[in-house]
Amino acid sequence: MTSRRQFLALACGTLAARELHAQLDPNIQAKRKAALEAAISKVVGDAPLRVGKVKLDVPPLIDNGNTVPVSVTVDSPMTAAGYVKAIHVFSEKNPQPYVISAYLGPRAGRASVSTRARIADTGRVIAIAELSDGSYWSDSVSVVVTLSACLEDGLI
Amino acid sequence: MARVAVTVPASAKRGEIIEIKTLAAHVMETGFRRTQTGELVPRDIITDFVCTYNGVEVFRAKLHQAMAANPLIAFTTVATESGALQFKWTGDNGYLATHKAEIKVV
Repeated sequence: MTSRRQFLALACGTLAARELHAQLDPNIQAKRKAALEAAISKVVGDAPLRVGKVKLDVPPLIDNGNTVPVSVTVDSPMTAAGYVKAIHVFSEKNPQPYVISAYLGPRAGRASVSTRARIADTGRVIAIAELSDGSYWSDSVSVVVTLSACLEDGLI
Repeated sequence: MARVAVTVPASAKRGEIIEIKTLAAHVMETGFRRTQTGELVPRDIITDFVCTYNGVEVFRAKLHQAMAANPLIAFTTVATESGALQFKWTGDNGYLATHKAEIKVV
């Protein structure tokens, strides 16, 4: 049962929240893009980011963005001479771009990590691998999300 | 209270690549959601995960809000010697969970 008082409090809260968003949102797309680029450049630095070697596995059509299986494998011998130091995963449309940063070494045997992520909206998912020789490789997948995660208040 | 589930093979051949799957029970509250009255729900997530093999770190991960609830992390390592694999999750509000798994290498 919702009392009149509760209803009014809720209505006021919702309106206030919407008001707040109206003030925050006009450049949300540009801000997200800038945040993603900042996050990537924080990982990569000045080194060139090349496409290849990395295989990012995400289902192309996602029913529920709250749990999305994500797996990343990198083509690397994983020996002391050449191995994958880190694997980073980013999502383009999330309120903040980071998903996971995994740090492995030659003892991993195989450069593969799988996890489950939240994906907010239709867009790209990006995986970046940092190799022991200092090079960076990436792969990206465009996904379509029908039920999005984290956006109950319409952040987008 | 901190519940975790880890699968590690009980025994492995020396040099074999083993797959380890870990799961920690945690809501992973993002800090972007609001309550019915419009207040933000504060962030409460697991931020770090470390796996050590006989005291040597073999895998480490930094987690963010975009990880699903009850974060699953699956990775591989080479079975070098018999011993213990230690898992440790740490997070917001002093969250700490540990787990130990024995492995026999033949």
